[in-house]
Amino acid sequence: MKDPVSPHGGPRPPHPPHARDEPRDETSRARGGPLEGGLAPLTDELAPALAREEAGDPFTIAGETFTSRLVLGTGGLPSMDSLERVVRASGTQLVTVALRRVEAVAGNSMMQVLDRCGVRLLPNTAGCRTAREAVRTAELAREAFGTDWVKLEVIGDEQTLLPDAVELLDAAEQLVLEGFTVFAYTTDDPVLGRRLADAGCAAVMPLGSPIGSGLGIRNPHSIALLREAVTVPVVLDAGIGTASDAALAMELGCDAVLLASAVTRARDPERMALAMRQAVEGGRLARGAGRIPRRWHAQESTAMQGRPEL
Amino acid sequence: MNITVNGSPVDLTEDATVADLVAQRSGGHDRVAVARNGDVVPRSTWAVTRLSPGDAVEVLAPTAGG
Repeated sequence: MKDPVSPHGGPRPPHPPHARDEPRDETSRARGGPLEGGLAPLTDELAPALAREEAGDPFTIAGETFTSRLVLGTGGLPSMDSLERVVRASGTQLVTVALRRVEAVAGNSMMQVLDRCGVRLLPNTAGCRTAREAVRTAELAREAFGTDWVKLEVIGDEQTLLPDAVELLDAAEQLVLEGFTVFAYTTDDPVLGRRLADAGCAAVMPLGSPIGSGLGIRNPHSIALLREAVTVPVVLDAGIGTASDAALAMELGCDAVLLASAVTRARDPERMALAMRQAVEGGRLARGAGRIPRRWHAQESTAMQGRPEL
Repeated sequence: MNITVNGSPVDLTEDATVADLVAQRSGGHDRVAVARNGDVVPRSTWAVTRLSPGDAVEVLAPTAGG
């Protein structure tokens, strides 16, 4: 994947430290360390302990209780076989799906995989540009999937795929009136988040950065403010690039993380799914543990008292 | 009669219903949704909803997406 470059010639974001010494390969799909050992044993080894840890800290959205705090988008995977491995490695219990014209969809295998994994479905309104279009799409999804849960997405800009706040709130109000359980994909604006919660959305899902960008959480302060502004669950949605982004979302107080590309377009999706699962748990634990305050200067961790004169 | 299905012209028998169309076009999908002239056609009414000449119909199926 190429590094993001602003079309207006803006600065490139810095590389994370661990990536600095790697050879630059602009053509590779994703960067990462060497593959070592078998992967299936890794999932088999880690998943049971992670599932036990997750079970001790469930959360509820719209009356449904989940133990996994990782919501998975299905877009971007190369095969249905990898979908199943990713779903199982991630431990997810809630998976987003979309509707498209039948001719554009090759076979029924995705639904067979998801049914076999026993996950709950969260249909989305991806690609909708207006409230009217999003409401129609949600109604169609309710017919197709037999659920009134919907991830409401109303896009206002082709390049950034950022939500259109005006259309989004309009659509959310209509869908709540129609009895939908609305998961609103929104900007990181705490005021808009509050308006969506006030409109009756079951969860507010602010972006960390644009969909598929992998730019992480560009404004952690806004996410923390949004978390304080609403009582419904907050799910960080969009922009996650790697495990530390998912951990940060949880440290900021989010109840869950929704991601797709970061896993599905990773060079090794199953391994990245495991990484995300652990990051979400790690961030959640850290949030509960209470981080130390940030200081300008050092604070010694070894007592000065009793220091010898040498 | 001529209608439009998923953006393409289709010639159907005069008494065709939404259920007939879905049977032709569903391609093995069981979770299918249908919109007719922009409005949802509930599954329970497919068999009794007759199509009319000039109708624009969308037949949709589940796919991957974030």
